[in-house]
Amino acid sequence: MKILVCISHVPDTTSKINFVNGDSEFDTNGVQYVINPNDEFGLTRAIWFQEQQGANVTVVNVGGADTEPTLRKALAIGANEAIRVNAAATDGFFVAKQLAEVVKSGNYDLVICGKESLDYNGGMVPGMLAGLLNFNFVNSCTELTVDGTSAKVSREIDGGKETISASLPLVIGGQKGLVEEKDLRIPNMRGIMTARTKVLTVLEPVAAENNTKAVKFEKPAPKSAVKLFSADDLEGLVNALHNEAKVI
Amino acid sequence: MSLLIYAESADGKFKKVAFELASYAKNVADSLGTTVTAVTVNAGNVSELANYGVSKVLKVSNDKLNNFNAKAYADVVKQAAQKEASKVIVLSSTTDSLYLAPLVAVGLDAGFASNVVGLPLSTSPFQVKRTAFSNKAFNITEISTDIKVVSIGKNSFGLVENSTSLSEEDFAPSLNDVDFNVKVESVEKTTGKVTIADADIVVSGGRGLKGPENWGMLEELATVLGAATACSKPVSDLGWRPHSEHVGQTGKPVATNLYIAVGISGAIQHIAGINSSKVKVVINTDAEAPFFKVADYGIVGDAFDILPKLTQKLKEFKANNS
Repeated sequence: MKILVCISHVPDTTSKINFVNGDSEFDTNGVQYVINPNDEFGLTRAIWFQEQQGANVTVVNVGGADTEPTLRKALAIGANEAIRVNAAATDGFFVAKQLAEVVKSGNYDLVICGKESLDYNGGMVPGMLAGLLNFNFVNSCTELTVDGTSAKVSREIDGGKETISASLPLVIGGQKGLVEEKDLRIPNMRGIMTARTKVLTVLEPVAAENNTKAVKFEKPAPKSAVKLFSADDLEGLVNALHNEAKVI
Repeated sequence: MSLLIYAESADGKFKKVAFELASYAKNVADSLGTTVTAVTVNAGNVSELANYGVSKVLKVSNDKLNNFNAKAYADVVKQAAQKEASKVIVLSSTTDSLYLAPLVAVGLDAGFASNVVGLPLSTSPFQVKRTAFSNKAFNITEISTDIKVVSIGKNSFGLVENSTSLSEEDFAPSLNDVDFNVKVESVEKTTGKVTIADADIVVSGGRGLKGPENWGMLEELATVLGAATACSKPVSDLGWRPHSEHVGQTGKPVATNLYIAVGISGAIQHIAGINSSKVKVVINTDAEAPFFKVADYGIVGDAFDILPKLTQKLKEFKANNS
């Protein structure tokens, strides 16, 4: 089985979110980048398939050279090889087009994406990719097993879960649950050393439109301070929720 | 040229978000000088949509669509959009609608923006404001394609009644057999309980509650408020509560009217997931807990002491105000 894991290079959750150039660009100054958490669950699951079922795992990212440390980290975790499509990831459709080309030329059976990235939260790349490739597609995926060419997948739904069967080739929009958080891999020294010699191929992008454009960013208005009630004044809280906030 | 919405239903009844979508679409349609068409799948009585500004319903009835199937449903929405020559398609942010939206967008060569809050800032060029960076910022996105797909965040617009005369039409789009190769084998769903996705109020517990055996008092509070129960990540990791109740960055997002956090310190990942809620209340013994920085109301104190008393107070309040 050939697996492609699509990785986004995103600011660490604890990063300060600021903008520059008239609020038109994200301020990368002092920001630590990580593998997008939803993708990391998928990557770890892919490594499980590699170890248990002999799968070959390629990781791919659409981004500039500055995103390569994130791909090297994925190689250190255990991916066999990496691909970087040399273009800024400015629009979901553009990214999906690039990934579709990579999938077609590499004949992958299973494509694992995170259901959304934690920077733009667009949540569109996995679905668009599946649509462009005409592959089967399961989003918000929390469990995944593969036997031959058939997959069993669990999907989170509002208020519960669905168990789904689907044949390969398949695109997954993954999330927490694909593996448990405690099973996420941290690269060890041997992994880091071998990652240096693994193949990282840089591909030039194919022509594709940008269907959307981020014009500007805004930060939320500063919040007023919390209004405290003493533990003896629950009446006060109930009144505030009713009369002031009008939520009960 | 009408605006198209997909009005979601469950067991033949419309979800509340269907009416919110209709309210939103009616407002946009008015500014574009057009009307709102809704496509429905196996919904029963569709006349309720007329209360929220829908002028036409395309009714799809097909047993093959009893279980949600993203590709087949996306095909339904796409064919409805083509039939109506719709330039703007408005979808909700339920798990199902977010699943089908990118498929609809690709099928129609349309640009797509998710998590949209509020009406378009401009319709030419088409610009919308959406949340990004896990609710830590807003992003103004311009969609440059001829056809636009937007999904609006839950509770970001609300319900606006707008009585319209409604025409109904049966609609039988052609379905692709291969789409049903993704097959639902079983569905596990908690019944008789308010889900986090549907709730107007969510009551959430953290490690401060000390153990799963103490969830009874949180559930009592939820019952009085008609709220859903949720939990922090450590609580679901410890197995005290099911994963489906975990809210936060890697769990379920919450955008509710009132979010009450009990014994949750407010780690940045938790706040990221719940920050779109309108009013936030925190109850925690630790006055330095980060949650107090983002909350609107707070009580520093012991949940074991406060929760039963608060439930009692709310019971009295409900009795006097119903």
